[in-house]
Amino acid sequence: MPNAIEIAHNTLLAPASLSDSDLDRVMDQLLTSQIDAADIYFQASRLESWVLEDGIIRDGNYNIEQGVGVRAISGEKTGFAYTDEIALPSLLEAGRTARAIARAGSQGNTRLSRTAPTQQFYAPLNPLESMTEEEKIGLLRKLDAEARRQDPRVQQVIASLVAAHDVVLVAASDGTLCGDVRPLVRCNVHVIVEADGRREQGSSGGGARESFQFFVDEERALGYAREAVRQALVNLEAEDAPAGSMTVVLGSGWPGILLHEAIGHGLEGDFNRKGTSAFSGRIGEKVAADGCTVVDDGTLPGRRGSLNMDDEGTPSQCTVLIEDGRLKGYMQDKHNAHLMGGHSTGNGRRESYAHLPMPRMTNTYMLPGQHDPGEIIASVKRGLYAVNFGGGQVDITSGKFVFSASEAYLIENGKVTRPVRGATLIGSGPEVLTRVSMIGNDLELDAGVGTCGKDGQSVPVGVGQPTLKIDNLTVGGTSA
Amino acid sequence: MSEQQLSARQAQLEQMVHDLLKEARQQGASAAEAAVSNDSGLSINVRKGEVETIEHTRDQGLGITVYFGQRKGTASTSDFKPEAIRDTVRAACNIARFTNDDPCSGLADADRMATETPDLDLYHPWDITPEEAIELGRRCESAALELDSRISNTEGASVNSHGGLHVYGNSHGFVGGYPSSRHSLSCSVIGQQNGSMQRDYWYTVSRDAGQLESEFEVGRKAGERTLARLGARKLGTRQAPIIFRADIAGSLLRSLISAISGSSLYRKASFLLDQLGQPIFPAHVQIQEHPRIPGGLGSAAFDSEGVATYDKRIIQDGVLQTYLLSSYSARKLGLQSTANAGGVHNLSITPGEHDLDGMLREMGSGLLVTEMMGHGVNMVTGDYSRGAAGFWVEQGEIQFPVEEITIAGNLKQMFAQLQAVGRDEERRSSIRTGSLLIEQMTIAGE
Ligand SMILES: [Zn+2]
Repeated sequence: MPNAIEIAHNTLLAPASLSDSDLDRVMDQLLTSQIDAADIYFQASRLESWVLEDGIIRDGNYNIEQGVGVRAISGEKTGFAYTDEIALPSLLEAGRTARAIARAGSQGNTRLSRTAPTQQFYAPLNPLESMTEEEKIGLLRKLDAEARRQDPRVQQVIASLVAAHDVVLVAASDGTLCGDVRPLVRCNVHVIVEADGRREQGSSGGGARESFQFFVDEERALGYAREAVRQALVNLEAEDAPAGSMTVVLGSGWPGILLHEAIGHGLEGDFNRKGTSAFSGRIGEKVAADGCTVVDDGTLPGRRGSLNMDDEGTPSQCTVLIEDGRLKGYMQDKHNAHLMGGHSTGNGRRESYAHLPMPRMTNTYMLPGQHDPGEIIASVKRGLYAVNFGGGQVDITSGKFVFSASEAYLIENGKVTRPVRGATLIGSGPEVLTRVSMIGNDLELDAGVGTCGKDGQSVPVGVGQPTLKIDNLTVGGTSA
Repeated sequence: MSEQQLSARQAQLEQMVHDLLKEARQQGASAAEAAVSNDSGLSINVRKGEVETIEHTRDQGLGITVYFGQRKGTASTSDFKPEAIRDTVRAACNIARFTNDDPCSGLADADRMATETPDLDLYHPWDITPEEAIELGRRCESAALELDSRISNTEGASVNSHGGLHVYGNSHGFVGGYPSSRHSLSCSVIGQQNGSMQRDYWYTVSRDAGQLESEFEVGRKAGERTLARLGARKLGTRQAPIIFRADIAGSLLRSLISAISGSSLYRKASFLLDQLGQPIFPAHVQIQEHPRIPGGLGSAAFDSEGVATYDKRIIQDGVLQTYLLSSYSARKLGLQSTANAGGVHNLSITPGEHDLDGMLREMGSGLLVTEMMGHGVNMVTGDYSRGAAGFWVEQGEIQFPVEEITIAGNLKQMFAQLQAVGRDEERRSSIRTGSLLIEQMTIAGE
């Protein structure tokens, strides 16, 4: 199998008859005396999706996207232009537009050198071709049947299957010339159940940088169908959620969205360079309880948030954000790292060629502790046990964050008792982890469903954590 | 773009739509619809008086949906080369080989197509150079920074100007298109007091740059809003009346729109099933859609299926008058399209008699919500629980800013308890509303 840089070259440059020396020429044009750094980002992506609803394959969509983005940086200033046309004249025009950020000066002289991929956390495969169309829709039909087979109260099943094949090539003024081929698959099952006039929903899914076989292995997709029904039926029985400050036990895995919102965004380099984050200037300070170690790790094999290299060509790495309760480091892209006198941590990401890169998370999770999850529940007299969540949001400046539980239970006298309706949990990022009083030994990562939004740009991410006990978190129910 | 260039470009895009439809027919499709759009613009951000980013945007896209009888396939691309167009149609046709016959699928009915495309005054190009935009942003940001020494940091000011063309056509023979523009100016600053920071922002948006608020006004409001939040504290858990300030109240109407949209209804994924003709608000509430307001941010002469838009009452005297339907959801429900494929076009709730101060007095003691966080809305049950920030109010007077609280209830009850609508109408959105007073919700805090 050819490696990623060869595939990227053949997909992006060869059809436009662009040679490495053409890239040198564009780069030289970009680099004037006042331009500190520049990069060119080529991208071609294919996205395919299928939707089953009301028992039939209702919809399918195929999207073809390609283009090139050119960025020129001078001090804290960034000029950016892009074009949908991968060809030398439009590339030179985009370059002229981008570099207008600084006045023209002397000619640069860059020689790009191809960097062989040093690491591979996923194969450079095309997931769209990993199953025939018959197999894809066959899988969706199975999910529909599996969901309906679980319980006669299932009224509606919506199942979807999405695959993306993304080929990128980055040329940068620091000599970087490297490429990546990024497969991504996603499957989701959403159900509506009805009993005695009450209706509820449940949703479950997963994904990875793999082929569609991922959903067949270990009956994963069938598991999503069963799980969606289970959640919906639990919610049919749910009572009003409590309102107020109380002990909250968060389940392992997807509830790690807590870390993404409460800690992660606030530790992105751009906010800290500008001093706009509640965590700004706090490196070395205690921001979490003893035993809390949080990392951002783009190197986990096959994970949704993993990358062989980021969108600036920096190899992915595992960055320690909080070590045993102390703030250790920020997530950086090249631009912000340079301005802060450090190095990129491989977190420079962008939604596409038509967007500017910025520091973004990959897979963010907390390392496991000592406690058995059962022991954690048993230690709570009255509290909330939240195991599934919808989305979250954070105001990085005030540090306030929310995340919304979609499956939660009361804990009464050390036992998980009744299910309660969904409720939003709210807290303060710099404080919440100082209230972690027990850390489970059951670290789990999410099933591969996360999408993070920042400045209007969406990128796939992962989260994870062990079971966590947090003393005093505000639960936004209706039952006072 | 000059008038002449514009109409030439529009003719080009219309030709592309014809080509796409023709290609679909040649590849065997019995019906097809296509949309082509093209947009270009400038975004600049100024921070601490210096330009931070200059982005030149140029977006184009085309999408095609083909029907083989009742089977459907769609494909889209940003590549406008002739071979890419052929490949895109082929991809859509390939999809349609595998989707199932769906008795409800197909184009909207031919007799519902818009017969004319009135000029809705949506296109006003802004002849602004990057240098002028930078200066505008600078003045805007400094108006905020100079306001008070507690304004300690800034995310800067942004100037955005975008304009483009959108053309839609289908095999009924309908082809319609129009240019539109959108310009905005925004500012976001940070204040500091006793070691804790707060941020707030303000923006102005219009189809016509001449209608934008002045840069000084935008900067000043951003600064004032930030200052007002300093010293925010939590509240104890309680039940209380709540006012959603006009600038965020549109989110409640968005929940209404979603709940009465055909796609939620036929999936039974709405808390407002079978409510047509039923009172869902108190009798004083009137909500309507006016899709053809000249210069309106949501204006359109036809929906995303070519169906002619028309004025309609959605809530009259509190009673639900219509669902919001595309041709597909209409067929699913045995009804007619309401020209809402792709959403609503200029929805408004009739303003009441009081401005915000009057609304606060009417509430007496309660919470004025000025920011909401998160997505804690269950559209199937109407359960509502969101993070919030705002101000605690007693005897109609703001007492202090609050944060890190949640507000919770159920949308069905919240709608039924909509006690008053303000006349402080928010006009920066295609959804227009004044502040909304809800009789009682649960606030969770300390
Ligand atoms: Zn995020």
